[in-house]
Amino acid sequence: MNKLELGKANLEVFSETLIELAKNDKDIVVVTSDSRGSGKLTPFGQQFPDQIVEVGIAEQNLVGIAAGLAASGKKVFAVSPACFLTARSFEQIKNDVCYSDHPVNLIGISAGVSYGALGSTHHSLHDLAALRAVNNLSIIVPADNFETRESIRLAAELPSPVYIRFGKRAIEHVHKPDDKLELGKANIIHEGGDVAFIATGETVVQSLMAAQQLEQKGVSCRVVSMHTIKPLDIETLAQTATKCKALITVEEHMVNGGLGEACAGYLMLTGICVPFKIVGIPDEYTVPGKQLDIFKHYGMTAEKLADAALQLIS
Amino acid sequence: MTTRDLKTKSIDYRKKLLKYIKHANAGHTGGSLSCVDILNVLYNHVLGVTPENFSGRDRNHYIQSKGHSVEALYVVLADVGFFPESDLETLCQYQSHYVGHPTRKVNGIEHNSGALGHALSYCVGVALAEKKDGRNNNVFTLLGDGELAEGSNWEALLTASHYKLDNLVAILDYNKLQITGWVKDVCATEPLDEKFTAFGASVRHVDGHDFEALTEVLNSVPFEKGKPNVIIAHTIKGKGVSFIENNYKWHHHVPTDAEFEQAIRELDQVVKNI
Ligand SMILES: Cc1ncc(C[n+]2csc(CCOP(=O)(O)OP(=O)(O)O)c2C)c(N)n1
Ligand SMILES: [Mg+2]
Repeated sequence: MNKLELGKANLEVFSETLIELAKNDKDIVVVTSDSRGSGKLTPFGQQFPDQIVEVGIAEQNLVGIAAGLAASGKKVFAVSPACFLTARSFEQIKNDVCYSDHPVNLIGISAGVSYGALGSTHHSLHDLAALRAVNNLSIIVPADNFETRESIRLAAELPSPVYIRFGKRAIEHVHKPDDKLELGKANIIHEGGDVAFIATGETVVQSLMAAQQLEQKGVSCRVVSMHTIKPLDIETLAQTATKCKALITVEEHMVNGGLGEACAGYLMLTGICVPFKIVGIPDEYTVPGKQLDIFKHYGMTAEKLADAALQLIS
Repeated sequence: MTTRDLKTKSIDYRKKLLKYIKHANAGHTGGSLSCVDILNVLYNHVLGVTPENFSGRDRNHYIQSKGHSVEALYVVLADVGFFPESDLETLCQYQSHYVGHPTRKVNGIEHNSGALGHALSYCVGVALAEKKDGRNNNVFTLLGDGELAEGSNWEALLTASHYKLDNLVAILDYNKLQITGWVKDVCATEPLDEKFTAFGASVRHVDGHDFEALTEVLNSVPFEKGKPNVIIAHTIKGKGVSFIENNYKWHHHVPTDAEFEQAIRELDQVVKNI
């Protein structure tokens, strides 16, 4: 079994990429809501004091201001914990960014259950579902350092609004350096035909490790990093569901309205029928604990995913 | 309880909250040390909320808006009998309800908080209900000064004034720091007096570490008939431990072994001098 190499936190790669971009582009503007430290943006602020705007603990204000800056030609990154950015400022996202079509880059940091034992106020398990229901917004959940860097570069040049969310713990590499990232085009990072894991964000690495474990047992798996939740890559989805004997979706999000239900809905409409399981956080009071405790509790770790796959094909 | 007792208690609370933050390897050290004297006076001298009367509604209310300073609340609630202190050994662990922000799963806590800028509106609702039901209970909340940037606080204050909620008491933990640094450098909120007054509140200042002054001011609401009360409590973030005081880096820093031992030594020294 190949041991996956541990990279940096996606959060760190995000801030490094922003510095890289800002070096050659005076129009890059970061907006924070007392979130400079949490966003690892202190070095950015020191290097580009004229390209950072601090609004205080006021996330609605943050997104409204970001919309105004974007409308005026700035390449804006509005950065705040995903929980507050997408719940508190939902109406600003819907009206001032998406409906009005101003290309703000909404960056949800410490997403999913990254904040662990800080509790449900700090979890974002609703964001993909809520934002899928908003027109004119791309949604990206990068799996590793490579996907994070590429999605930030892509967002800077995208003429329409985008939401990108990631976690804060160091994460294993799942990509090779010469891979490519395209908006709305999933990456197949491991090939196999018995079971497919279609995963997003930090659950991709768990799925890849599950695939490696299953291979030892003679079960071959395809692992798809569905980094773009919207627009969903229905081509890769349909092709995967046709090629593999069973399909498991995995996401650090509530099962209601997330990646799994998006895939299920599409497959149902096209009449592709395949044994199917959605792994994510169920609709209940989330168990208290650290991020990996929560993953384990809800069957989102490699071992549990491998078990789920065996069950699905048995 | 004498002032001396309160002083001794506060040192004990500080030692305990540091201990449990260290044990959990998580917590909001600076803000908990900043507000623990206020909570001490509230629970031991003002609220009269006990494990016996908590389940009913005919009692005073305390809802902590700056939920991140939950460790201070936990040690005080344990001390006044809401749960055994040993429960706090599970703080932030798998399946423990003692998470890093207040939740109603914990005995003694009335409302979930942790996202800033929510509790004042909730308190307006409770205060309104108290008035409608003809009861005389007060509704206290604790706000952070960085938290005041959330516009919802000001919306809530408008409504509180409109409905003349003189049973509402917003205590500001005025430590002048937030995560990034000084509040004045992050989002200038001054002059606060004038703002609160303009929003219809009756405003008092107090030294947030002076037990007698706190007891006096918290027990003298309403300050003016028909006006919501705002208490600007001048506090020091990290109060009681020299190297934690007034240092923004301690917002959610967890003490190392050496830092912890030094902090306990300093606090023990204070007890000797009481
Ligand atoms: C809506 C919301 N935004 C951001 C945060 C993250 N956060 C937690 S504490 C804090 C700083 C609070 O500063 P202040 O209100 O001054 O509290 P204190 O100094 O007493 O700790 C921030 C930004 C949050 N909990 N809720
Ligand atoms: Mg403060």
